[in-house]
Amino acid sequence: MSTTIAPARETVRAADRVAAARRHVSMGETLSQTLTMAWRALKKMRRNPEQFFDVALQPLLFTAMFAYIFGGAIAGDVESYLPLMIPGILAQTVLTTCMATGTQLREDMEKGVFDRFKSLPIARIAPLAGPMVADLLRYAIAATLTFGMGLLMGYRPGGGAAGVLAAILLAIFTGWSLAWVFTWVGTIARSAQAVQGISMMILFPLTFLSNAFVPVETLPNWLASFVQINPVSHLVTAARDLANSGLVSGAAVWTLVACLVVIAIFAPLSVRSYKRHM
Amino acid sequence: MKPPPPTVNAMSITEHVSTGDRLALSGGSDLAVRAEALVKTFGDQRAVDGIDLAVRPGEIFGVLGPNGAGKTTTLRMLATLLKIDAGRAEIFGVDVAGNPHVIRQLVGVTGQYASVDENLTARENLWLFARLQGIASARARRISAELLGRFGLEEAANKPIAQFSGGMRRRLDLAASLISKPPLIFLDEPTTGLDPRTRGQMWETIRGLVADGCTVLLTTQYLDEADQLADRIAVIDHGRKVAEGTPDQLKTAVGDSTLQLLLADPGEVPAAVEVVRRVLGCEPVLSPEQGRLNVALDQADLAADVLIALRTAGVAITSVSVAKPSLDEVFLALTGQETGGDDETGGDDETEAKENR
Repeated sequence: MSTTIAPARETVRAADRVAAARRHVSMGETLSQTLTMAWRALKKMRRNPEQFFDVALQPLLFTAMFAYIFGGAIAGDVESYLPLMIPGILAQTVLTTCMATGTQLREDMEKGVFDRFKSLPIARIAPLAGPMVADLLRYAIAATLTFGMGLLMGYRPGGGAAGVLAAILLAIFTGWSLAWVFTWVGTIARSAQAVQGISMMILFPLTFLSNAFVPVETLPNWLASFVQINPVSHLVTAARDLANSGLVSGAAVWTLVACLVVIAIFAPLSVRSYKRHM
Repeated sequence: MKPPPPTVNAMSITEHVSTGDRLALSGGSDLAVRAEALVKTFGDQRAVDGIDLAVRPGEIFGVLGPNGAGKTTTLRMLATLLKIDAGRAEIFGVDVAGNPHVIRQLVGVTGQYASVDENLTARENLWLFARLQGIASARARRISAELLGRFGLEEAANKPIAQFSGGMRRRLDLAASLISKPPLIFLDEPTTGLDPRTRGQMWETIRGLVADGCTVLLTTQYLDEADQLADRIAVIDHGRKVAEGTPDQLKTAVGDSTLQLLLADPGEVPAAVEVVRRVLGCEPVLSPEQGRLNVALDQADLAADVLIALRTAGVAITSVSVAKPSLDEVFLALTGQETGGDDETGGDDETEAKENR
């Protein structure tokens, strides 16, 4: 009631702040904000360790299950099936893990804290990319467990430690790239359940209509041709070549190209749809 | 790498002044918030339907209205959280739609629902938001500690937010909005759902902000809150501004307090209305409830005159109370119609919920 004229220092301060305000977020700031968001996601993971269950259990269960069920039928015995199957499980595990990225992002976005993220002067991509950086840890755990379980069951990769490591890195990168697809789904779907549903529909054909678990030669022609263009097949082939014979094959190049294309398409789409959400 | 400072405003300000529009008249040239004919449409519903606002630097400006009136939507448009469908808004002379990144550096937003991270502790929350705004880690820690102290959250600093009471969350939320010392602060219903004591503390805190030189734009459903805090108030209903003025001006329109009467026999309402007219020379407000009427009073002690006159006239009363005018009565006095009332509340709540998505 008495405040009709603002204190002089305030007027000056506001004007100073306007003058000092920056118009855009720089690359350096974007990176630092993304890493801060990754820190948040890691804290969250540490406090909710149950979300590691699927990451940890799936490779263990599937490796054991598939090896004993399909091993005899497909490769004659379990041991000779392992070199074929382990890279397949690897691909399947990272795909499942990156599907969780979308679901969790959606859950997260429904919480109040995202309102604050939107109101802060930060890069719009940071709240999306931060959790994905933290997810690298989950891919690494899943991939390591898959190979660990394989080794326990008698898998002896011919590509040695370097080959296995390269296969793991390739799988992690692929998972991270494909996660952008699920992030995009996360920003457009109406609820976390919807994200889960849509992601499953994308995921299942991609994993099972590939060479992950069976040799392509056993498939009917029409299916084989889909399997051959499926990027997951390229990942599986590349991972097999790396882990089993220490060979960087053309499939690895194709996998990387496919990943870059996916990022180039879905990262901008995700940011756009995230922006529109506000 | 340093981007040029934003192209601001000296131009646009002079332009507004020279055209001599309503806003320039009310505020002078450097307003903290200037909104003109803001519109937001959800589907076929106009949640905000042409709202003008002029907030002066250093004041507390209250936006008062019932649920679903469009308060939150207006605030969210000004805070760049929602797209402005039509109209124009400036904050310290910076165009909101054209420079969202600049606006976000000038405005601290405290939402209706605490926008803090449930998975982190209070200290971690503040540190996170400070880091995101480019404050170095050590300084971010210092600022967090300072704010925790100022908001009485030191003891709970390392507890998970899940264990926080509603009042503590609100305080943390407000603390988070102050990290970068923004010159303008938006508070969306800062005390809704708080108990009276916590509410009083929140009011103190908000007054403190202005003493520090901030400008505050707050929304509320409570007339007494707007009265206590705001230098000026805009009353909003159905997405439109229905009145604007100082709390005193608004209260003069409604009377200082309200006499609420419940008659023993609803059939005697016309007789009671007649008595009130004779004694006070004003029209009582009939409540939807049978036999209940509200009388605006300039002074609370006029109630006695009315009661004596009623007894003389032989009108029996079941219950009597004198209360502060409610928001409903303000609306009635200002617009001559009900706020939308209870029968629409369900739908209104849905609108609020949609706004907050």
